[in-house]
Amino acid sequence: MNDQIRQVLSDHARLPVDVQTLDDDADLYEAGMTSHASVNVMIALEDALDLEFPDAMLKRSVFASVAAIAEAVTALRTAAIR
Amino acid sequence: MPIRVGIDLVAAEAVQAALQAAHGERYLERVYTELELEDCRTAAGVDPERLAARFAAKEATLKVLPAGGGGVSLRAIEVRRDASGRVHLRLSGRAAQLAADAGLADFAISLTHEGGFAAAVVVADGRGATPAVPDTADGATT
Repeated sequence: MNDQIRQVLSDHARLPVDVQTLDDDADLYEAGMTSHASVNVMIALEDALDLEFPDAMLKRSVFASVAAIAEAVTALRTAAIR
Repeated sequence: MPIRVGIDLVAAEAVQAALQAAHGERYLERVYTELELEDCRTAAGVDPERLAARFAAKEATLKVLPAGGGGVSLRAIEVRRDASGRVHLRLSGRAAQLAADAGLADFAISLTHEGGFAAAVVVADGRGATPAVPDTADGATT
């Protein structure tokens, strides 16, 4: 899943650095991701991973790192199974 | 609760890229209200610079809300333009609830765009009001 997340970030986060050089825990906002870019990342993730982020997840912290995004996606998928 | 100020800057080029992305239609649907899209529509289509100004307004508003507006849909923050051309904010849903909880009764907004960038400043007046809920940390991304 992290590879898919990194691909979406590469395509839509508009980072000034190569996302592959960032650790999973690296802060994407500190790396240069804007709020506007994070919205595009969210929508592109929904398309790539076939899910939808509910309003409750529209928080800066949810999209702050590859690890945080993966955690949110796992939580959404787990909730969908139940 | 004192006066709170939020500011944001958005590049129209970034909005243009979003419009041209495969998810361009969903971007419009998730971020902007129908009224905002009407205000941004020109003969050539939706104007990225006007959209950028509205996105900046939404982000500036999130910055003045408690908890950075975490959990707020961007469509719950609407920029409205009246007949005189002045812009106003209309909050709904969780955005309105967070503002009410914080005692933020009045909002003022100013937009500008030039040279491919759009900026917005939002001022929220909470003087004389007692917040029902204390502010916390986590900010919104959208």
